[in-house]
Amino acid sequence: MSTKTQAAIELRSVGKTFRVSGGILGKDRRVVAVDGVSFAVPPGGVLGVVGESGCGKSTLARLILGLLKPDSGDIAVEGQRIVDMDRKARARLIQPVFQDPFSSLNPLTRVRDIVAMPLQAQGSFSRAEIARRVDEMLARVGLPGEMGNRLPAELSGGQRQRVAIARALVLRPRIVVCDEPTSALDVSVQAQILNLLAELRRDLGLTYLFISHNLAVVEHVASEVAVMYLGRIVEKKPTQALFHQPEHPYTRALLASVLTPEPGLGVPDVGLGDIMPDPANIPPGCRFHPRCPIAEPRCSTETPPLRPRPGGGVECLLVA
Amino acid sequence: MSALLEIERLEVGFGAATSAVRGASLTVERGETHCLVGESGCGKSVTALAIMNLLARGGHRTAQRLDFQGDDLLKLDDRGMARLRGNAMAMIFQEPMTSLNPAYTIGSQMTEVMRRHKKVSQRIATDRAADLLGQVGITAPGLRLGQFPHQLSGGLRQRVMIAMALMCEPQLLIADEPTTALDVTVQAQILRLLAQLQRDLGLGLLLITHDLGIVARIAHRVSVMYAGEVVESAATAQLFADPKHPYTQGLLRCVPVPGKQRQDEPLGSIPGTVPRIGPGFEGCGFRDRCTFADATCAHTVPHQTAAPGHDYLCRLAP
Amino acid sequence: MSVVTVNAGPRRGWRSAGTWVGAFIVGIALICAIFAPLIVPHDPFAQDLDRRLLVPFWMEGHNPEFILGTDQLGRDYLSRLIWGCRISMLIGITVTIVSGLIGITIGVLGGFFGGRIDDAVLFAITTRLSIPVVLVALAVVGLLGTSMTLLVLTLGLLLWDRFAVVARSTSMQVRNLDFVAAAWCAGCSRFRVLSREVLPNIASHLVVVATLEIALAILLEATLSFLGLGVPPPLPSWGLMIAEAKDYMFFSPWVIVIPGVALFVLVLGINLLGDGLRDAFGTRSRS
Repeated sequence: MSTKTQAAIELRSVGKTFRVSGGILGKDRRVVAVDGVSFAVPPGGVLGVVGESGCGKSTLARLILGLLKPDSGDIAVEGQRIVDMDRKARARLIQPVFQDPFSSLNPLTRVRDIVAMPLQAQGSFSRAEIARRVDEMLARVGLPGEMGNRLPAELSGGQRQRVAIARALVLRPRIVVCDEPTSALDVSVQAQILNLLAELRRDLGLTYLFISHNLAVVEHVASEVAVMYLGRIVEKKPTQALFHQPEHPYTRALLASVLTPEPGLGVPDVGLGDIMPDPANIPPGCRFHPRCPIAEPRCSTETPPLRPRPGGGVECLLVA
Repeated sequence: MSALLEIERLEVGFGAATSAVRGASLTVERGETHCLVGESGCGKSVTALAIMNLLARGGHRTAQRLDFQGDDLLKLDDRGMARLRGNAMAMIFQEPMTSLNPAYTIGSQMTEVMRRHKKVSQRIATDRAADLLGQVGITAPGLRLGQFPHQLSGGLRQRVMIAMALMCEPQLLIADEPTTALDVTVQAQILRLLAQLQRDLGLGLLLITHDLGIVARIAHRVSVMYAGEVVESAATAQLFADPKHPYTQGLLRCVPVPGKQRQDEPLGSIPGTVPRIGPGFEGCGFRDRCTFADATCAHTVPHQTAAPGHDYLCRLAP
Repeated sequence: MSVVTVNAGPRRGWRSAGTWVGAFIVGIALICAIFAPLIVPHDPFAQDLDRRLLVPFWMEGHNPEFILGTDQLGRDYLSRLIWGCRISMLIGITVTIVSGLIGITIGVLGGFFGGRIDDAVLFAITTRLSIPVVLVALAVVGLLGTSMTLLVLTLGLLLWDRFAVVARSTSMQVRNLDFVAAAWCAGCSRFRVLSREVLPNIASHLVVVATLEIALAILLEATLSFLGLGVPPPLPSWGLMIAEAKDYMFFSPWVIVIPGVALFVLVLGINLLGDGLRDAFGTRSRS
């Protein structure tokens, strides 16, 4: 009898395309944001998703949160399809922490009410219970109780992000989708928030989907990493394996671009050329070939297959 | 020969309530890349704008010395400054999306700069523009000159900004977070380009950033800013090897380095937040977050020298 | 984060002299409107043909009992002016309430839900913009007769477009902000997201539109009354007073000048106040 632990998040061939109107005179364009993405995140794990602009990682986050409906494929959270769940059940299961601490809190609402909102939306908690949980959560994220009466404009970026985390965790969800939670913060505050997120994950047994363009941060928090490019996952491996043996040329370029604070090394030549990835014009064959430093002629015609690896795989024609 | 840019005790305020910069001093030599690094609100961008006299309405600056190529910038009126800007002193900004005027072609924006300052013909200016676009790595420059900003990507626009800044052969180039809004792979390309141009043209480059990685890779000298002051200043290798100010030390501990991390250890962080400084603030701005602070830190902070060229503002001995 | 920008330029918002002047004018108008029956020195409807066309206080031979003189039927002009202010404000405010309810509902539905609903909303707005307001109002009143209720309804049904456009564009912007997404994820119902997250954040823009729409409604009512198709006489609408004074324009100019100036001053005051509100809200919403 197989005892397969159910994945916390499971995606099967998920795709999402947007239609952007070209106005009266132009043709409508199809922007393929996410194309055939599949992966599974084990409970208690942290999947880091990295990629640059146009790769579709934010769209992926919104699909998993149920804010967007996929055009193809399935998204299952703890075994249930997310599109089938009603809003209250979904809220109890999965919550977000967004990037911009300035726009992720309603500027007219007090901190206390922001954190109370998910509890109120459930409709099944008493006022006393809500107040108790809000106080508990604010303390948990390191905010003094009197902050509950303040408006977001009176808080710093780091404090606002703590409020966003408190709001996300107040219903005790199983999964948290963090969409670049520290990118808009100063370095010294970033570290505070990352430490807080790690501590809460351990204490509450959470699963994270952690999206970031900052590879160093991802290496610190994630147990496995998926690299996205123009809507597909081009490489996915356990963290150490990805950082020490990257195989896909894009992963290598990304890692090479990271400027570590080590003097004397100069700026490396990443060798990617000038062409910008445009999700409205996906290149044929391997979507990375126009920028790939080792591309061969067949890369522009053949679709790269998935080469399995322990804990994931690589999609490249030139890799064994 | 005097330094290219010398600033001594620059102070910038906005009205009665805010002191954005309180006594910053730094020097940029010819042919040197000097990075001004700090987090948001430390006053680094305001410093750059104060040098160019481009402060927002209501801002006023004073300094003991603000010299460019030996000339006192404080004495220059608007016309004098206008003759320098875009000419001997050039600046590039953070947001490539909004730095270029969307209503004019690239070519017309670039040639305008040169024609204003050097009074040359359109032909000569266009040739120089095409030449510079090539130097910054843009293919088919002739085609690009006729395009509008919205037809270019962020990385290309930033290259155009750099080329535009170089039109009149400036001595000093000030770059305010030029790569923050760009993707990480593009960022590396642009920085590589800037470093190369700086070497080839012998420019003085004052680069403002919050990213210590950038600082380590391209700066010759570094000034660290916190709460409106330069708290430490040193040659790059020295700053990273032996930081003296507790803020610099804390900042270096916060930066995660790929390949050198342990997942079970928390990242170094600096507790607390940046204070709001009004005029009349005394003592060290970092004292509330510093593990070494004592009573004297609330009144005076001595200026110390750890080694020639390595200065810092702290009571702790080197 | 880049430069600190501080709005220390020409005095704006509450500091600007214009705003205070506007607030003062509107304040007086509101007092006249609310307390008209108590403060009018005479009955604005009482006719006395012995006292026709008495001159106002700045001319020789004036009667101190009638500060602004009398009109061609011997009615006290100051009293009619004050009562007219009441009518103008009443119509201005009620029309704005009706048009506001219609416009905001339509605009928010389109901006918030997007898609086909938005297409329908845009079509409705475009259609409404192609309708010549004054002509339609004239036609309706001409066919159905003059009455205050009809006037308010007609104008209310014709003047909602600016509300709709502003409500639509602001709710579209707010809809895309992260805190709205967070509210969805938190399990809030559509109604709650609309009422608690979106509407409060567009309210300031709508208040500014409302102030300006009041001015527009007042002007439109004066126009219609001037043409005889607005407020029915003997109600002293300023437009009607101007119309009645036309015949005496050259001999007793004050009869036409006084309501004309009053109309101008009131509309100016409302616009100044609206500008001030826009600045006051504008700087806050930008931070």
